[in-house]
Amino acid sequence: MKAKTADKLATSIIVAVAAFIVLILAGLLGYILFRGLGHISFDFLTSAPETIRKGGGIGPQLFNSIFLLVLTMIITIPIGLGAGIYMSEYAPPNRITNSIRLIVEVLSSVPSIIVGLFGLLILVNMFGLGFSLFSGALALTVFNLPLMVRITEQALKGVPREQKEASLALGLSKWKTITSVMLPIALPVILTGTILAAGRVFGEAAALLFTAGMSSPRLDFTDWNPFSPFSPLNPFRPAETLAVHIWKINSEGLAPDAAQIAAGASAVLVITVLLFNFAARWLGRYMHRKFTAIK
Amino acid sequence: MQLETSVQSLKMGTEESELGGSIKAGSGRMLDRKNRLLFYNRSFKIACIASASFVCLVLFSILFFMFRTGVLTFRDVPMATFFFSTDWSPENESYGAFVFIFGTFALTLLTLLISVPLSIIIAVFMAEVAPKWMRNLLRPVLDLLVGIPSVVYGFLGLTILIPLLRNITGTNMGDGILAAAIVLTIMVLPTISRISDDAISVVPRKYRDASYALGATRFQTIFKVTIPAARSGIMYGVILGMARAIGETMAVVMVIGNTPQLADALFKPTSVLTSNIVMQISNVPFDSTWNNALYMMGFLLLVISLLMIVLVRLLQQKGAHR
Repeated sequence: MKAKTADKLATSIIVAVAAFIVLILAGLLGYILFRGLGHISFDFLTSAPETIRKGGGIGPQLFNSIFLLVLTMIITIPIGLGAGIYMSEYAPPNRITNSIRLIVEVLSSVPSIIVGLFGLLILVNMFGLGFSLFSGALALTVFNLPLMVRITEQALKGVPREQKEASLALGLSKWKTITSVMLPIALPVILTGTILAAGRVFGEAAALLFTAGMSSPRLDFTDWNPFSPFSPLNPFRPAETLAVHIWKINSEGLAPDAAQIAAGASAVLVITVLLFNFAARWLGRYMHRKFTAIK
Repeated sequence: MQLETSVQSLKMGTEESELGGSIKAGSGRMLDRKNRLLFYNRSFKIACIASASFVCLVLFSILFFMFRTGVLTFRDVPMATFFFSTDWSPENESYGAFVFIFGTFALTLLTLLISVPLSIIIAVFMAEVAPKWMRNLLRPVLDLLVGIPSVVYGFLGLTILIPLLRNITGTNMGDGILAAAIVLTIMVLPTISRISDDAISVVPRKYRDASYALGATRFQTIFKVTIPAARSGIMYGVILGMARAIGETMAVVMVIGNTPQLADALFKPTSVLTSNIVMQISNVPFDSTWNNALYMMGFLLLVISLLMIVLVRLLQQKGAHR
C-alpha cells in the first residue's frame, strides 16, 4: 500500500513539475512574440536605427544578418561537403580518421566567444581584414563548419549500400558515384541540417562582436556596386547584425524606446529561427516524399 | 627496387580501380576519356582531403594562437598571481583571475544543481508518463527552444527575471550568480532533457517488464531500473549542457552584473570568464598585458571545453563496452 501511495505521489509531482516548466518555456516564447509583434511594422523592418531619437528601425541590421548568413554559407558549404565526403567515403577506418572525428567534435564545442577572440586576433589584426563582414563570415565559418561536416557525413552514411554498389557495378567511377548518385539521395538530410545550422548562425552574437564589429556605416541602398564603401553589398565594411544590435541597445542604447526596439528585434530573431525550423521540417518531408514515392 | 615498383603498381591499381570497370585502357592520347576521368577523380579526392585538413588546421590554429597570445601574460604576471589572486584591477597592473575562474565554476555548478533534476523530471515525464500526442508535441518544441539565440534569453533575463528578483529580495540587488544560473537553466534544460529523454526511451522494454513482474510500481521502476540503465546517456546530456553553460556569453553578460568581486552570495554582481572577456576586450590596447590576460582566460575556457568532449568520448566508449 505504501509503495502505491509513493507511486501516485511521485507521478503527480512529475506531472506538476513538468507542466510548470513547460508552461514557463511556452510563456517565455509567447512573451517574446506577443511583446515584440506589437512593435513590428514594415517601417520598423526597413528604416535605419536612430541613436537618440525615438522611432528607429532595424533595416540595416536585418540586411546585414541575412547577407552575413549568405556569405558564411558560400564559404562553409563547399568545405563542409568536401570534408564530410572525405570522412564518409575516402577515410580509411583507422586511428587518424577517429582523431579527425574527435577534432570535428571539439571544434563544434568551442565556445563562440573563443571564436570571436580568435577572429579578432587572426582575421581582424593579423590578416588586416579589420571589422568587416568578411571577417565575420570567416568566424562564423569556424562555428558552422563542424556542423556541416557532421551533417554531410551522417547523410552519406545513411545512403543505402545497394544504391552505391549498383552505381559502381554499372561501371561509374567513384567520383561520379558520389556526385551523381549518393549526393542526390543524401540531399534531403543535408538540406534539412544546413537550414537548422543556418538558424544557429543567424542568432549568433558573441563571435561577431569583435569580427563583424558593432557599428554599421550609413548604407546607401541605391548603390549596388560591391566596391563602393557605402554599398550594402561591400563585404569589407563593418556590419552590425540583428543579434549584436539587441545586445548593443540593451547595454548602451540611448534611444527612449530602446526597450521596445530590443523587444521587436528579439521577436524578429525568434520568428526567423522558427521559420528556419519549419522550413527545414517541411522541406525534409517534401523531398523525402518526392524521392521515395510515398504518398 | 622491385618492391618499390610493385608498391607503385599497387597504388596505381587503387587509383584506377576507382574509375570503375568500364575503362580498361585509354587511347594513349593526352586528354582521352581515361585520363580525363582519372584527373576528375584525383582532383575530387584531393579537394575532399584538403577540406578535411582545413577543418583540422582551424582547430589547431585556434589552440596555437590562443595559447601563444595567452602565455605572454606570464612574462609580466606570475602564474600563481594569475590563478589565485582575487585582485583584478588592470589599471593598477594587478591581474588576478581567480574571481572569474571561481565564478565560472560556481555558476556552472549552480546551473547544474537546478537544471539536472528538472531536466530528468521532464525527460521521465516525456518518455514514461505523457500520452503519445503530448510527446509528439513537446519534443519538437524542446528542439526548437535549443535553437533560440542566446541573446534573446539574455534579453528575457534582463526584462523579466531581474525585476522579479528585485521584487522578491526587496532590494536593488537582482544581478548576480543566481539570475545567471536561472537564465542558463532555461537555456540548457531543453538540451539535457531531450538527450535524457532519448536515453530513457531506448532502455529495452524487457527491463521494465521484468521490474513490473517483480511487483514494483511505476515510480520504483523508473528510479531503480530505467534511470540507472539510461545513466550514460543522461550523463552525456548533462556534460553537453555543462559545456554550453561554461561557454555561454551573451545571456550571462546581461544578467550577472559584471563586477570583478568574488561570487560568495547569490545576489551579488560578479563576473565570469566569458562575461569579463566580452566586457573588456574592446577597450584594451592590442599587445598589452591586459589583452594577453584576457586571451589566457579564453585559452582556459578552451581547455575546459576540450576536456569535457574527451570526457563525453570516454563515457560513450564505456557505454559501448557495457
